[in-house]
Order: sequence, then structure tokens, then C-alpha cells
Amino acid sequence: MLLIHCPYCEEDRSELEFRWAGEAHIARPENISAISDEEFAEYFFLRNNEKGLTYERWRHIHGCGRFFNAARDTVSDRFLTTYKAGMPKQLLPETGASEKTVETYEATEGDAR
Amino acid sequence: MRRYSVFAVAREAMRAHKGWEAQWTSPEPRSAYDVIIVGAGGHGLGAAYYLAKEHGITNVAVIEKGWLGGGNTGRNTTIIRSNYLYEESMDIYEHSLKLWEGLSQDLNYNVMYSPRGVMMLSHNTHDMQSFKRHINANRLYGIDNEWLTPEQAKAYVPPLDIAKTARYPINGAALQRRGGTARHDAVAWGYARAASDRGVHIIQNCEVTGIRRGPNGQVLGVETSKGFIGAKKIGVSAAGHSSVVMEMAGVRVPLHSTPLQALVSEPLKPIFPCVVMSNTVHAYISQSDKGELVIGAGTDQYNSYSQTGGLQIITHTLDAICELFPIFRRVKMMRQWGGITDNTPDRSPIQGVTPVPGLFVNCGWGTGGFKATPGSANLFAHLIAKGEPHRLAAGLTLDRFRTGRLIDEAAAAAVAH
Repeated sequence: MLLIHCPYCEEDRSELEFRWAGEAHIARPENISAISDEEFAEYFFLRNNEKGLTYERWRHIHGCGRFFNAARDTVSDRFLTTYKAGMPKQLLPETGASEKTVETYEATEGDAR
Repeated sequence: MRRYSVFAVAREAMRAHKGWEAQWTSPEPRSAYDVIIVGAGGHGLGAAYYLAKEHGITNVAVIEKGWLGGGNTGRNTTIIRSNYLYEESMDIYEHSLKLWEGLSQDLNYNVMYSPRGVMMLSHNTHDMQSFKRHINANRLYGIDNEWLTPEQAKAYVPPLDIAKTARYPINGAALQRRGGTARHDAVAWGYARAASDRGVHIIQNCEVTGIRRGPNGQVLGVETSKGFIGAKKIGVSAAGHSSVVMEMAGVRVPLHSTPLQALVSEPLKPIFPCVVMSNTVHAYISQSDKGELVIGAGTDQYNSYSQTGGLQIITHTLDAICELFPIFRRVKMMRQWGGITDNTPDRSPIQGVTPVPGLFVNCGWGTGGFKATPGSANLFAHLIAKGEPHRLAAGLTLDRFRTGRLIDEAAAAAVAH
């Protein structure tokens, strides 16, 4: 289970309090009825699904109830930072996915925060 | 290839088992092939086998980053069934189930297909209505599926608690008797052996790092950790890593990769006769021929490529199993692992052509790809050989996310993920 820092509550809380809410920084088209089918598919269905650094939304559903953004490594599941919704993308150096997947809980226990 | 038979066993018994040959060869890659398949899981190896067997294309390489069958093929809970709701799904899963029935004979390899029955428990009125709708749709389409009362379910699975005072009371169940299990490793090994025998190259420990494209955009081959390998046609069958591989060709696919966990108990004497799953309380259990209880847990909620997963996910499913089968409360769990599943927005697979000429994709099988292995492989081989989908897989195109013709298959995961 992950420990997640809510930027509103300013606390590390258990993953059980949170809901993952998909890729972050996707702008809804201004006039959605005017865009083409390709553009709609791009907006609605296509996602980056990165191996490595990813930007995603979370919701502190059993806490403050608010949405926020996070940068996380999808290979180690480690959170790099969390920040409030509406803030610009927190650009972090792309470290590249390490091929080594984390096999044990102990391996990540030390840096879960 | 020396065929396996009772006579082969007898012959080898007489000479200290020194005559068994390697099941497949591990050649160095050629500079080019007619077809390259990325990913040596059941789907990829099977596609290579059917390309050679049914379409006469034997100049084929299957390229695998790790070891053969080491991804989701060796990590699933080995369940086979075809009781899906929509015709597109029933077509492909029933095609697969029919191939399962003759697979051991076809491959001359015992995949231990065991049609022991797959039972889905109903706990409330919504479950009952939904399952009966599935049963009716299946029977109208010629697929077996039947409704059981709680007493009939108990007779089929004696450890089941059907007391009205149970924490999760049961008001019936759906049973597909032809559903069951198979030995997942044997499926990968059997396909590898049969494909290798027909001249297919299986190249393990060779990671695809890029897809090279020509001036018209068509594929020229793959860059790998063993150098460039040319091919006019490339089939990507990379499960949880499909997004990563497709991105190399500049194609975005509507997938998100999440860990799905499974666990097994210490071995017990035969006690559990079939597969039981409960969507509502998320229980998913069968017993392997070795005697271990095989339990499928849920997916984590977030994208991840770590083959692990949260502990709360497995405790959730064990809670339900202990309530439904009180007899298992003191059984010890022995091993737990995760696999990376590639999930589509409509929970149906993607198999079809892509915007890149010569590039074909088979992905999005999500939490239920094992049961589809022979059918998917068979139809993927057809797609690669002919350049267009087989009738039974015509609805599974990548294009459906543009046209909106989704296959919104809630039954794709028999348990909620």
C-alpha cells in the first residue's frame, strides 16, 4: 500500500483514503462538439501509460475530497512529488524507466515516502 | 521432433531417460525474417505456431525480452471460460474454448486442460438478473451456461457456505460446465516446441528497443539488444508492455497497465472441484492439480509496471474467501505475485491493423488473456498472414475508439477490477 502526501491536508496518508483519477494535465477541448472523431479519441481514450515518470491525478476521497496532481515512477511506484490542482506541471528530470522491477515490499519500504 | 507418447516414455525408461531432446532450439537471430512477433507469451508463441501450421509462413521469429512464458502467461490463475455477453466476445472466447478442447492432441503436449466447470456466485437481485441475461445470451448463441439454485451450487461445490445467515448469502449461481483450467506453463512450452519444430526462431533475452520504419512509414524491422533484425511484418503481442512497444512505432493505444495479483496456498488434498468466482465480494478460487488453492486478487487502482501490488488487494479477496468457504480459514498462503495487465477503456481486447503499414497489434486482454490464448493466437496469425482480421475478430479493431463502436464487456473480468 502506498503512502500519499495530500498537498491540501499536508499529510502523508494511506492509499486507502485516495482514488486514482487517471492521467493529469489533459485539457478538455473548448468546443467538444466541433472536434473530429480522431481528436475526440485522442482526448477521451488515448493515454500515455508511461513506464517511468508519469503525471496523474489523485483524489483524497476519504479525506478532504479534493483532486490533486502527482508525479510518480510507475516502475518503483515511488511518488516524486504531489501538488495542488491548477498548478503547472512540475517538470522533473526524466530518469528513464529502470528495467529492474521491484520484487519485494522490503525493497521499497525505506523510501515509501 | 520426437513425438511424446506412451512408447517414448517406455523407451526412455529403458535407457535412463538419456534420449529426451530439448523442446525448442535457441538460435542466433537471422538478419531478417518474414514476420517478427514481439513477446514470447502464449499469444505470441501461439501466433507463430499457427502462422507456420495454417498459413505456411515459417520464416518467423518470436522475440522476447525475458524468458519464454515468464510474463502474464506464467502469472495468471489459469481459468478458461467463454460465457461473455456480447457476440464479439463470445465469438473469440468460444473459438478459443473449442481450440482448448483439442490443444493437447494438436500440440502433442499435455496442457492439462480440465473442463471442471466455472461457477459464478450470485448474491443479490442485480447479480441474478445480470447472470440470467448472460445465460440466455450464451445459450441463444450455442454456448453452455446454466442457472443453479443455492442447493445445486452446494452440491457441485461442497465447501460452499449457503446458509441464509452467512455474511455473504447466495441466491444462486451460473455454471459453465465446459469452463475450467489448464496448466499455463505447458501452454507456452507446448506452443514453443511445436513452433520451433516448424522452423520458428524463438529468441529469448533479446529486448526490442525500437521499431525502424521506411520512407512510406512501413515497418522495416526492429532494433534489439542483439542488433537490428529486419521484417516486413511485425506483430506486437506484449501484454502489459504493449503501450511501450507501440510507442516505438509512434502509435498510441488506449491502454493502462496495472498490476494484477494472484496467490497460492499450501498444497491440500483434492477438496475443491471447480472454479468459483464472486464478482460482488471479489472471491476467485480454484484448486490446482498440485493441490494448491489458486486465488486471484484484484488490480491496483493506479498505473504501474511493478510486478507486485498492494497488500490490501489480496487481503480483500481472502476476506471474501474465508466467508464463503469457512473450511479454508486456517489454510496458509504460500506465494504471491503480480503481473502487468493491459486494460482498455471498454475492457475488450484490441486485435487488428494499425496506422503503420506492416504493424499489427494484439493487446488489451487485460485481466482475462489466458483463456483466450489459442483463439487469440489463431486469429492473430490469420491477421498477420492475410493483412486483415478474421471474421471472428473483426470487431476488436483499434479503430473502434475513433468510431465509437465499443464492446462494453462488463463480463470481461468475472470479478470487479
